[in-house]
Amino acid sequence: MHNKSVAELSRELESGKISSVELTHEFLDRIKAEDRQYNSFITVTEDQALADAKTADEQRAAGKASVWTGVPFAHKDIFCTNGVATTCGSKMLANFVPPYDATVTANFRAAGAVCLGKTNMDEFAMGSSNESSFFGAVTNPWGLGNGEKRVPGGSSGGSAAAIAARLVPAATATDTGGSIRQPAALCGVTGLKPTYGRVSRYGMIAFASSLDQGGTMARTAEDNALMLNVMAGFDPKDSTCVDRAVPDYTATLNEPLKGLRIGLPKEYFSDQLSPAMEQQVRNAVKEYEKLGATVKEVSLPHAKLAIAAYYVIAPAEASANLSRFDGVRYGYRCDNPKDLNDLYTRTRAEGFGGEVKRRILVGTYALSAGYFDAYYLKAQKVRRLIQQDFVNAFNEVDVLMSPVTPSPAFVQGEKTSDPVTMYLEDVFTIAVNLAGVPAMSVPAGFVDGLPVGLQIIGNYFEEARLLNAAHQYQQVTDWHQKLPQ
Amino acid sequence: MQWDIVIGLEIHVQLATKTKIFSGSSTAFGAEPNTQASAVDLAMPGTLPVPNEQAFRYAVMFGLAVNAEIGRRSVFDRKNYFYPDLPKGYQTTQLDHPIVGPGFVDIDLEDGSSKRVRIHHAHLEEDAGKSLHEDFDGMTGIDLNRAGTPLIEIVTEPDMNSAEEAVAFAKKLHSLVSSIGICDGDMSQGSLRFDVNISLKPKGSDELGTRTETKNLNSFRFMEQAIAHEVERQMDILEDGGRIIQETRLYNGDRDESRSMRSKEEANDYRYFPCPDLLPVVIDDAFIESARDLLPELPDERKARFKEQYGLNDYDARLLSDDARIAAFFEEAVGQGKDAKLAANWVLGEFSARLNAEDKTVVQAPITGSQLGQLVARIADNTVSSSGAKKVFEALWNGDADNADAIIEAQGLKQVSDTGALEQMVDEVLAGMPDQVAQYQEEADPKKQKKMLGGFMGPLMKASKGQGNPKLFNEILVRKLGG
Amino acid sequence: MTISREDIEKVAVLARIRLDEEQIPALENDLGNILSLVDQLSAADTNNVEPLAHPLDAVQRLRADEVTETNQREAFQAIAPATESGLYLVPRVIE
Repeated sequence: MHNKSVAELSRELESGKISSVELTHEFLDRIKAEDRQYNSFITVTEDQALADAKTADEQRAAGKASVWTGVPFAHKDIFCTNGVATTCGSKMLANFVPPYDATVTANFRAAGAVCLGKTNMDEFAMGSSNESSFFGAVTNPWGLGNGEKRVPGGSSGGSAAAIAARLVPAATATDTGGSIRQPAALCGVTGLKPTYGRVSRYGMIAFASSLDQGGTMARTAEDNALMLNVMAGFDPKDSTCVDRAVPDYTATLNEPLKGLRIGLPKEYFSDQLSPAMEQQVRNAVKEYEKLGATVKEVSLPHAKLAIAAYYVIAPAEASANLSRFDGVRYGYRCDNPKDLNDLYTRTRAEGFGGEVKRRILVGTYALSAGYFDAYYLKAQKVRRLIQQDFVNAFNEVDVLMSPVTPSPAFVQGEKTSDPVTMYLEDVFTIAVNLAGVPAMSVPAGFVDGLPVGLQIIGNYFEEARLLNAAHQYQQVTDWHQKLPQ
Repeated sequence: MQWDIVIGLEIHVQLATKTKIFSGSSTAFGAEPNTQASAVDLAMPGTLPVPNEQAFRYAVMFGLAVNAEIGRRSVFDRKNYFYPDLPKGYQTTQLDHPIVGPGFVDIDLEDGSSKRVRIHHAHLEEDAGKSLHEDFDGMTGIDLNRAGTPLIEIVTEPDMNSAEEAVAFAKKLHSLVSSIGICDGDMSQGSLRFDVNISLKPKGSDELGTRTETKNLNSFRFMEQAIAHEVERQMDILEDGGRIIQETRLYNGDRDESRSMRSKEEANDYRYFPCPDLLPVVIDDAFIESARDLLPELPDERKARFKEQYGLNDYDARLLSDDARIAAFFEEAVGQGKDAKLAANWVLGEFSARLNAEDKTVVQAPITGSQLGQLVARIADNTVSSSGAKKVFEALWNGDADNADAIIEAQGLKQVSDTGALEQMVDEVLAGMPDQVAQYQEEADPKKQKKMLGGFMGPLMKASKGQGNPKLFNEILVRKLGG
Repeated sequence: MTISREDIEKVAVLARIRLDEEQIPALENDLGNILSLVDQLSAADTNNVEPLAHPLDAVQRLRADEVTETNQREAFQAIAPATESGLYLVPRVIE
């Protein structure tokens, strides 16, 4: 059962061949047996999951089941879950049990899905390797052969690893600079970052408000579509959430791709790209041509400025978003603060990890008097140029395709000595967040025995087209079905 | 050395909305601590702000009332600093694109002149919570009920040059926000808080001096005292050759002392940037017109109308039109008769004096405008004399009866105005006072003559049992005495 | 691009994060590298370009002035580090 997709499991449940309780037990047992190696879960909610599964079975018996009823999944530990620890991978929130749900959480509850637990992540979503979590690094199920442990990517490393290891068929995730797409690529799973404003951010712990977006991760495009049906939609509690009808993303998965115009941004195919990686991506593009798509070269002239702009804007917004963590109303508080200043400075020094502190300091600096114009304001202007690049490109083509990462999963510890080396992991994914357009990562092959992904970028609110393109590709390839060793 | 005083005010006005500016929590005063603090107000992780439409409506109403431009596209910014009553570690406010632009308020001064005080802008922001320092064993207790209450902060240009002007402006502003209904005006509850920026410059100089800010004055009396105190403090320093340090100060009204606030302001770089959780707020014509429709008659409009409609002079018109409730009382009084000037005299005179003596406001008065108006009508038509009227007023105030006529009847205060009867009385009294008559007629100085008339009034009032119409008596006397 | 120790200390105060002496050299290095990365921005020609604050060209929706929140003090304070009589406790603040 654990090899089945959400769509398949839903059918199994519906046929009565298995109950949700049985299914939930199977996954929980797998987590207990296997997760020690991966550390993909921070919290497993065994009792609650079984209770929810039982309720789901009762719903089914009463004829009230729908597609997600009784299907197990997991939440990235960044979504607030009422009564269940929500740590954001940080010591600062290690003891935080919110008395409220994120909107995304509430949506899955209403859909009848069974949450198995909260997945591990880079602390406060800041990272590309899931090595900064207070709860320990996550190990990629891929590449374990020679005794090396590789990173699953980040920040949604736990979700990606758990899916790849078949501990859960689907998991929610978030993407601010690539945090869904990059781990999806490194773990050989399928992930989607929706258009900014498509999914409510209420209850999704904020890193960089104008970049963060909740999204989907599973093994197949179809499953991602099923997830997005639950997650997308207007929420009056989020001012940046768009009031726009949500289509049934599964309804258009099988549209033929004939005539799909694909653009390959030349800046993403420069000589910095390794030949092996380029080969896999071009192979994938060839499959699309076989399916009837046309391909041309396009340009995103300001793409090379994306990382610089991001590493001003994201830390700046984060520096303000994380000011609320002060030991007063919830979360970690240092022992015996001797005065107010000690309370603040020691709580935050002890509660935050190194990368988080670095980014808060950079962000504070970028906003400070004398530097605001040169950094923050400048970055916002460059952001508009980058957005314009995408708008222009989409005047010529329907989707863009590119690599997701410069290389496959690297070994733990390889990039932690220099923050900037880690930042460069996001070179292909980051511009997308600055523009706010949707993008997916689809398993597209292997380099050195490790999975690599194809990035498909769409125009605003064209998630249905992306999912359709990914689904059609997955009908003629089976990269997404490969099992780690 | 002569000094010019330069004053600018920043006023925080709590808007009387039902809910907070960014959350649906109640703003009702007096609740138990932290019972009106939602997840958003507590800055719980993942929570987000959604702005209150009524706060914008009230802000636009204010802008219209002070002749200001309305910000058609306003933006919220984050002002970053750490303080326990500020849960997010930043205050959401407006910096470069506020909801209300430049405007002005005209104030009336004691000498009868009028002065224009310019408003630089007014913006919307959220209030912080409250800190309680007693009773917690070396700790401070934080109540976040108030955190998130909508405020408009009004910033004036440094156009005021004396405590009198500053207080006049403050009072006018208080009256304005109360009468247009956007604020409950209760300064004891902190609904309005004043910060005063003061600097001195050598008389006639164009260069402004260094200013200090005195924060959180919540009464007009304290404002006046604080200004006087700070002016003296600065003058002492400057005349000793010292420099004024730009700082924030707290004034203690009970002790008439001030001190510098512990480096809260100077050490802070607020790192303002537009709040990414909120989008720009666009105000269209329809919104502005609907806000305008909600505005009641403004004090300046009313004053002009009183002069025009009732023929009042500038001084009386101003005093009666400033406060909506007094104006309403006055108009009710005038409604009963035609003599607006007489009604004005009574409202501003006897009535106001009585309210002050009993520390009552007009809404607490035991008589209505109608009742006073009826009394005024009886004076105007000579039914009672002015001394009689005072007795009627007293009785009305004490609730002896609910209308003037009943009291006049009961106390027999009706004046005799029958000229025939009065003439007869004058003849009789004059006949009995031949020497005084002769003295009067021999007196050359008209002023002295006039005074002598008083001598006849006593006997005449006695003869008429106090009911003779003194005015008529006077006329008849003068005629009969001739001379 | 280097960042001075003084700037690091100033920024740490603004961000209320205590820094130990030993941490400063690594921060000088790491933050310096990050700022060098970011300095690439200065090469961009942004004349006459408006800053982009939000990816979507949308305007704010306003909420009706109706009370929607109830008293949840108990639930919220159950997870608070230090409270008394319904108030959040912090070390004495001197104004």
